[in-house]
Amino acid sequence: MRVPEVLDRPAVPAGSVVEIDERAVRRTLLNQVARLEGELASVFLATWPRTEMPHPTVAGRGGGPRLLSLAELEELRDALAARVSDARSALSDRTWVEDQNRRLIEEMMLEPERHRWRRVSAEDIGERGCKHWHVRPRFGIVGMLMNWWRVVISSGCPLAT
Amino acid sequence: MTELELELEDGWVEAELAEEFPELRLLHARLDVRPTRSPPEVRQRLRMLADRYTGGKVVHMRQDPVPWAYRVFSRQVGIDPDHDRTPVEAVALRRLKHGGLHSENIVDDALTIAIAETGVPLIALDADRVEGELGLRLARPGERLDEMRALSSRQLVVADAERPVAVVLGEVSRDAGVTPDTNRMTLCALGVKGVPRISLEEALWCAAETLYTDASA
Repeated sequence: MRVPEVLDRPAVPAGSVVEIDERAVRRTLLNQVARLEGELASVFLATWPRTEMPHPTVAGRGGGPRLLSLAELEELRDALAARVSDARSALSDRTWVEDQNRRLIEEMMLEPERHRWRRVSAEDIGERGCKHWHVRPRFGIVGMLMNWWRVVISSGCPLAT
Repeated sequence: MTELELELEDGWVEAELAEEFPELRLLHARLDVRPTRSPPEVRQRLRMLADRYTGGKVVHMRQDPVPWAYRVFSRQVGIDPDHDRTPVEAVALRRLKHGGLHSENIVDDALTIAIAETGVPLIALDADRVEGELGLRLARPGERLDEMRALSSRQLVVADAERPVAVVLGEVSRDAGVTPDTNRMTLCALGVKGVPRISLEEALWCAAETLYTDASA
């Protein structure tokens, strides 16, 4: 989502002098900030538990809790809109990669000999845990020589030392 | 056990602030109770409360209605709630970092329990060091929270008739906070858009009941 999409702009006839109702503008901006904060929270939750992804955050304006000026509210709204857009885009890219990895797992299961030694972890498909899918030869060296391959699914994290 | 009586009062809200945030409110109640060490029941309650937290619950907390309302308000007043956590998220984070909610004293424990249970930010003031009615207003130029801390222009503060006594969602003035010499306390709950009055009342009752645990034992 880009900034223009979140603006509620009333149609204004060309050439007319417009008296700005600052209260109404501030109210609109505060509502937009609230909506974008909600969207930012949704994107944040959608990225969880992917720990390697940057958290979608927008810095505070500084000076503690205070009544922001109109310009500061606009800056805040724009920063939030940009951050939501960036975070959604990053999440979309990430989920595309995860879909590809899921498909790869299916292919590995169907034709392991075509994906020798390939390893996909739970993290690669956006899941938690230490589970991974690993294409290995059956019976070690014999399987390698005979082209007998299989997918070994490993689960469980190593014990803490 | 004596029956708890709590007289809840609405604080005033300065016109400019009320115009910007029509649903902003401060509900407060005075308690005749002195700060002490937390009794075993309160420490046990903290332990049980800590056991209810999980990583997933804390992460999803930001979409629960009451914590979300305070996140939005924080954002609207220029705070990054991911950096300066809202009180309920700060409690949750403290639980995750320290592996539990450790008892400090009856006042802090009562506030922690009430904040964690209801999501509503609460502060405790020394009632004898508060002059007149409490309310919410903007800091005036050159005003200070106490001798040490200057306030920025148009900062949101909890104030009595004379001076700011706390920053909204922030620190309490050393001149008005609860000390071991406090004889009476004033509990204040901050209400924002999306948080019903009954939640503030519940938070004050919850804290008051905990504070009276020792006295009624």
